[in-house]
Amino acid sequence: MNRSIPIAKALDDAMIALYQNGERINPAQGYPMRLLVPGYEGNMNVKWLHRIKLIEEPVMAINETMQYTYRVAGPKIWQFFFPMEVKSFITHPSPGLTLKGPGFYEISGLAYSGNGRIGKVMVSADGGRSWAQAALDAPLLSKALTRFRMPWRWDGQPVLLQSRAWDEAGNVQPTRAEMFAERGEPKVNVPVTAFPMGHMNVVTTWAVDNKGEAKHVYG
Amino acid sequence: MSMGKRFALAVAVALVASAASAADGPGLGKPINETDLVLWDLSIGPDGKGLPHGSGTPAQGAVIYAQKCEVCHGKDGEGGRNAALANAPGKSARTMALYVPNATTIFDFTRRAMPWPQPKSLTNDEVYALTAYILARNKVIGEDEVMNAETLPKVLMPNRNGFVSRYPEKH
Repeated sequence: MNRSIPIAKALDDAMIALYQNGERINPAQGYPMRLLVPGYEGNMNVKWLHRIKLIEEPVMAINETMQYTYRVAGPKIWQFFFPMEVKSFITHPSPGLTLKGPGFYEISGLAYSGNGRIGKVMVSADGGRSWAQAALDAPLLSKALTRFRMPWRWDGQPVLLQSRAWDEAGNVQPTRAEMFAERGEPKVNVPVTAFPMGHMNVVTTWAVDNKGEAKHVYG
Repeated sequence: MSMGKRFALAVAVALVASAASAADGPGLGKPINETDLVLWDLSIGPDGKGLPHGSGTPAQGAVIYAQKCEVCHGKDGEGGRNAALANAPGKSARTMALYVPNATTIFDFTRRAMPWPQPKSLTNDEVYALTAYILARNKVIGEDEVMNAETLPKVLMPNRNGFVSRYPEKH
């Protein structure tokens, strides 16, 4: 497994990880040492690191050509899509976590940006027609999972829940419509493992019915 | 204190500091000599620098492919348990012809990682032959073309110019 890493990132916040949470990193996480490129695609964080070589041009490794590239509308293929971009989703309620009837709840979820800290998260309970700003858990850390919370009174009627995140660099989580306008529509019935829509950081919609059950819908 | 003396002091301090940190560090590894390093220095970029001696043809590759590769990659590279290596209409949109801009990538990956259960077990001649075979199956080279350190980097992959960097400012 080899990947080309920009010098700019190496000199920025890249590191060679030996420890995690006070102990040596696990074998499954790349013991004895792992390259860490915060905020960048997971596969670039090379595990079981044994060699770093300075080069002038990317080597065009298999994992930056045949894989981890993204065909967009038109003939072009995006390459070197380094950062995992701003994304959020609601974890409670969510499919499997059923609400027990009308009343007060906390809508809670996670936000992340590979470009830095989360700036704000907005939550909607009417499918994106109106929004309110959620509270963010402290400490607010760069390129880290960030918990957001929104107090909510549910009247027991079917609702469409959404969250939308901005990061401090000014990037905003796109809607499905905005993403498809930029990249083209996905083919139907694409298997989950096919990765045709990698870096799919669109707003996610949960439809909660009057029994309190949440389902993933395309909002 | 003169400039010369300060510089010397700084160097001495630095030496002491590095000795101390080596003692406190994880104590991983040991220096490697140039000969052994060659076994690890496997990356081949588009310019083909570092390609080893050796050569192979698609016909030679076909024999090796049947023995070592077909079980996972299917007849004629059409795919099976694993990735299709040649055009597989209706099976996979992610073909080599479309997604590999340089033929050297095929050599690089095959040499370091294949076959799956015995990576790095192929000779350089075998890797050239298999690369030639895959290129021929993708109709990029002819059935009688020889792949070696000189010819491989010159192969023109059909979608060489089809890639665009998503964030060029991050390079």
